[in-house]
Amino acid sequence: MSTHATQEQEGAEVDAGDSKPHSPHQDRRLQEKATREEQSQRESDERTREREETVEIKVFRYDPEVAEKQEPRFDTFHVPFEKGMTVLDAVMYARDHYDSSLTFRHSCRQAICGSDAFFINGRQRLGCQTQIAELDTPVRIEPLPHQEVVKDLVVDMDSFYEQMEAVEPYFQTNDLPEGDLDEQRQSRENREKIKMGTRCIWCASCMSSCNIAAGDDQYLGPAPISMAYRFAMDEREGEDIQDHRLRIIEQEHGVWRCQTQFSCTNVCPKDIPLTEHIQELKREAVKKNLKFW
Amino acid sequence: MSQSYNRGLIEDFGRWREFTAGMWAWIFHKFTGWVLVGYLFTHIAVLSTATIGTGVYTETLQSLESLFIVRVLEVGLLSVAVFHILNGVRLLMVDLGVGLEAQDKSFYAALILTGVIAIASVPTFVEGVF
Repeated sequence: MSTHATQEQEGAEVDAGDSKPHSPHQDRRLQEKATREEQSQRESDERTREREETVEIKVFRYDPEVAEKQEPRFDTFHVPFEKGMTVLDAVMYARDHYDSSLTFRHSCRQAICGSDAFFINGRQRLGCQTQIAELDTPVRIEPLPHQEVVKDLVVDMDSFYEQMEAVEPYFQTNDLPEGDLDEQRQSRENREKIKMGTRCIWCASCMSSCNIAAGDDQYLGPAPISMAYRFAMDEREGEDIQDHRLRIIEQEHGVWRCQTQFSCTNVCPKDIPLTEHIQELKREAVKKNLKFW
Repeated sequence: MSQSYNRGLIEDFGRWREFTAGMWAWIFHKFTGWVLVGYLFTHIAVLSTATIGTGVYTETLQSLESLFIVRVLEVGLLSVAVFHILNGVRLLMVDLGVGLEAQDKSFYAALILTGVIAIASVPTFVEGVF
């Protein structure tokens, strides 16, 4: 099983090398990320050695159903520290051992399901992807900002999902191949172009970090626009569909609301170049409207 | 589930220590933009004294230029305008998708260049006020 996986990985790498090279932004970002990881690895090693047995976490608490808990507060837990412990591990420990009413969403614990995005030490991060040893203590864990809190760390995601659905995040085409059983082929270059856009896990970190989305609840927001990019740039979708997609994102509360603060790009746990996608869609929208022939 | 809690704006200015380069660039761009709009009104007001008479205009300008605070404000105006221009170029590049990887560095470069130009302009602006 393991050999098979390695082979596949190697094959994928060769493929990527064959087709279009990575954009310099992406390379730079990944390189920066590698240096950052290296540094935090060193720091976390140091801290693991230094750190006392327990780590202090402060968790935002709110429960509308209990009269005494309707006023939001922070609860402090002292969780036994283990090497490799993530923030999610810490809150799970607190829930399992200290207070079973502590509520938060989590599922896969490997940064794929996108349900455990929290506001950790003043930044939107995935709980399962964030090492406790890399953070300053006490670790402050809050629900995502700019979304209504339902209970403790659980926020209301309805408006985010609505915005996501608004850009029709599914493949649609009227440009079908001739033969009945022909495949819908996509070139490698095109796949590379939309690759990062396909990585979105709908965690709403970007939406929560965006200042504009906070002040304008009609603004589509970073993740929905990037999702629109992923399909609008897909060459297998016909021109009509692309026009239709551009009509959605070029409206008043669409791409034009982005003020390029780069907040979303900075917090995205999947390293999606959101601002880059939004800017490219802006250019596409302008091109489409200037085209009068 | 019927009830939920609105925490309001979390990312307000109370969190300025955590703002990133792009955020600061945005704040400074808005701020300098509004300062420039405000300046245009005072600019028109001062120039309009020329409609009363040439002497009035000369007198107004001379009395304004003799004030130290006006000289300081002029340096401020220059730095505000320079930053707005430089960051405007940066935003243009961002809009064109050029050099997105250096958007934070270009913001710092704009800040440093603004500072240098403002300092270099001080002798010119302060000349003759004392």
